Amino acid sequence: MFEIVTKKMLTPTICEMDVKAERLARAAQPGQFLIVRADEKGERIPLTISDYDAEKGTVTIVTQQIGASSADIVSYEPGESFADVVGPLGIPSDFVEMSPEELASQRYVFIAGGVGTAPVYPQARWLHERGVKVDVIIGARNKDLFIYTDKMATACDNLYLCTDDGSAGFHGVGTAMLEKLVAEGKSYTRCVAIGPMIMMKFATLTAMKLNIPVTVSLNTLMVDGTGMCGACRVSVGGKTRFACVEGPEFDGSLVDFDEAMRRQRMYLSEEKEAKENHVCRIGRGK
Amino acid sequence: MANKIARTKAREQEPLVRAANFDEVCYGFNMEEAQLEASRCLHCKNPRCVSACPVSIRIPDFIAKVLEGDVQGAAGIIAQDSSLPAVCGRVCPQENQCEGSCILGVKGESVAIGQLERFVADHSTAEAVVAPANGINVAVVGSGPAGLACASDLAKWGYDVTIFEALHKLGGVLQYGIPEFRLPKDKVLAREIDAVRALGVKFETDVVIGRTVTIVQLFDREGFKAVFVGTGAGLPRFMGIPGENLNGVFSANEFLTRNNLMKAFREDYLTPIRAGKKAIVVGGGNVAMDAARTALRLGAETHIVYRRTEKELPARREEVHHAVEEGIVFDMLTNPVEILGDENGNVRAVKCVKMELGEPDASGRRSPQPIPGSEFEIPAETVIMALGTSPNPLIASTTRGLEVNRKGCIVASEEGATSRPGVFAGGDTVSGAATVILAMGAGRKAAKAIDEYIKSL
Repeated sequence: MFEIVTKKMLTPTICEMDVKAERLARAAQPGQFLIVRADEKGERIPLTISDYDAEKGTVTIVTQQIGASSADIVSYEPGESFADVVGPLGIPSDFVEMSPEELASQRYVFIAGGVGTAPVYPQARWLHERGVKVDVIIGARNKDLFIYTDKMATACDNLYLCTDDGSAGFHGVGTAMLEKLVAEGKSYTRCVAIGPMIMMKFATLTAMKLNIPVTVSLNTLMVDGTGMCGACRVSVGGKTRFACVEGPEFDGSLVDFDEAMRRQRMYLSEEKEAKENHVCRIGRGK
Repeated sequence: MANKIARTKAREQEPLVRAANFDEVCYGFNMEEAQLEASRCLHCKNPRCVSACPVSIRIPDFIAKVLEGDVQGAAGIIAQDSSLPAVCGRVCPQENQCEGSCILGVKGESVAIGQLERFVADHSTAEAVVAPANGINVAVVGSGPAGLACASDLAKWGYDVTIFEALHKLGGVLQYGIPEFRLPKDKVLAREIDAVRALGVKFETDVVIGRTVTIVQLFDREGFKAVFVGTGAGLPRFMGIPGENLNGVFSANEFLTRNNLMKAFREDYLTPIRAGKKAIVVGGGNVAMDAARTALRLGAETHIVYRRTEKELPARREEVHHAVEEGIVFDMLTNPVEILGDENGNVRAVKCVKMELGEPDASGRRSPQPIPGSEFEIPAETVIMALGTSPNPLIASTTRGLEVNRKGCIVASEEGATSRPGVFAGGDTVSGAATVILAMGAGRKAAKAIDEYIKSL
């Protein structure tokens, strides 16, 4: 069992939790993910790792309430425990393997969207701590939907906030902000986009137009997360890859996003039904 | 003469009833049936059944106990060589092993050794003799048949054994792969695993060796003196044909894992699955039969598509027989060339080509050749690829000095020693996908080698 140590609602539907998972906290690196199974009857839900603290033995997860299973996860309170938390899974971000010289020559720009802002944080912080130039663009529909802005400000050189409705920061989407920055003379060696699949698709198109190599982190469907099932398969450069063990990060310019989005919707009708018929099992004899 | 008695047939659920539920197909023997069947054994002086058993269970001895009505005594004899008799009695290919070499089978029907083993296991409580603890830590990676067999022997000899499992439930392929209707999880598998736990073996689920902890760290940080790798062959294969990433195409692993491990067939679990109105299973092995019979039970009209003929089906005869009885359609000499989708990217049909058998190839099997111009479409919403699996590369890629072959299998000696001192391996991760009992045999051999290795330190 994996105890929830702290819980904070970042928006009415997005929740941050620190969960006790000592082995995982010791091994986690930027770019990796984990899988949570809330209780015996829950699904195995892949979530990005938003932070990790080897000393406290905790990992931080940020969950958005979407379907029945994520609603279950969000319903847990400190002191309660998840049945399973397993990881870290996937390959760490490639910069983890870069030499100090290589790192010194990098200028990163992150584009974060929605709940995807959380996994950007450990990546930006890792680079920022090593003196690498890091700019972060966070996009949201309106100012109430931002998460992690204060934390992010301490993990980068420049933080740019954008809203679709202009209620805060730049009035426009994250990709428009990137175009503006480049037009103003900024130059980047790498763009990393993490967020909804559709946002990563457009971030990739923009980065390609600006000749910036682009990395995306794919949040595909998964069951085991260890290469066993293939539910997560994506076409990358015309070849089928398993996002769980060969990813989750890929060169965005090679990813078939339309297929990836279609595959993500595989169980949409079933999920809707599950949500409508969902009987809350909280307090079920724990 | 004992062999004048006909082989006792175990009672089964009616085919058309069981085709709509996930309860176990076979009910097994009762005491009367077991004793009648036990009376057929000739008690050969040189029992061929024992040498044909990968773990050398003393078969005539336990059968003699059954005949006496001493089921607990029979269980004690089996327990000396096998830690999973209720599992093996159900899923071993006995027709190729013990029963296949039974002398009665030469002119008539062999003794139903598998059913007798199952009867003993189901009607007894395991009791094993455990040596005093020696305080030496051994790690076992993977809680499937190889790992459980290896851990059981080591625990009996006094070792402090911890099994690490990546999934949230124990049993490996017994848990995620073999369906409930062939191997009930709570009633049979959990009970056998509890018996392993009773030997003192510790279990840690949710630990992915190679990610959560590496093999090297098990030695350096956690004080293990030896490690056994029994991680199986869990990586699914696809055909590489167009349309394989359409919605509704599954690996058999995914389809079975959703249903077995994640219990999609039960209303009270959240796991989604899609069997569709019509499901096509590609392949002819035991996994294909399991996937097809699962899709059928989930309500799909189910076809098995195989490129050779029924004679070449690699699945056990019994599994094929059960599948046919339940109403699964076998489309032989048929091979998919493309999967076709609708405007939303969902599967709508499989385009297949008719095959014919050509000359025997190097393996002696006649290789199937496509008949030009014979393409046709089979409408379907679900396609399940059951084309075999290969070992997961995670351990090998994170353990320096661990040699693997071209197929990705860990290279190990007959006894299980790998290229890295202290690291042993066995089961499907070494052999490629094979059977439960061969994996158990490999686990037992490795346990012996680990004992010798540790004593030599």
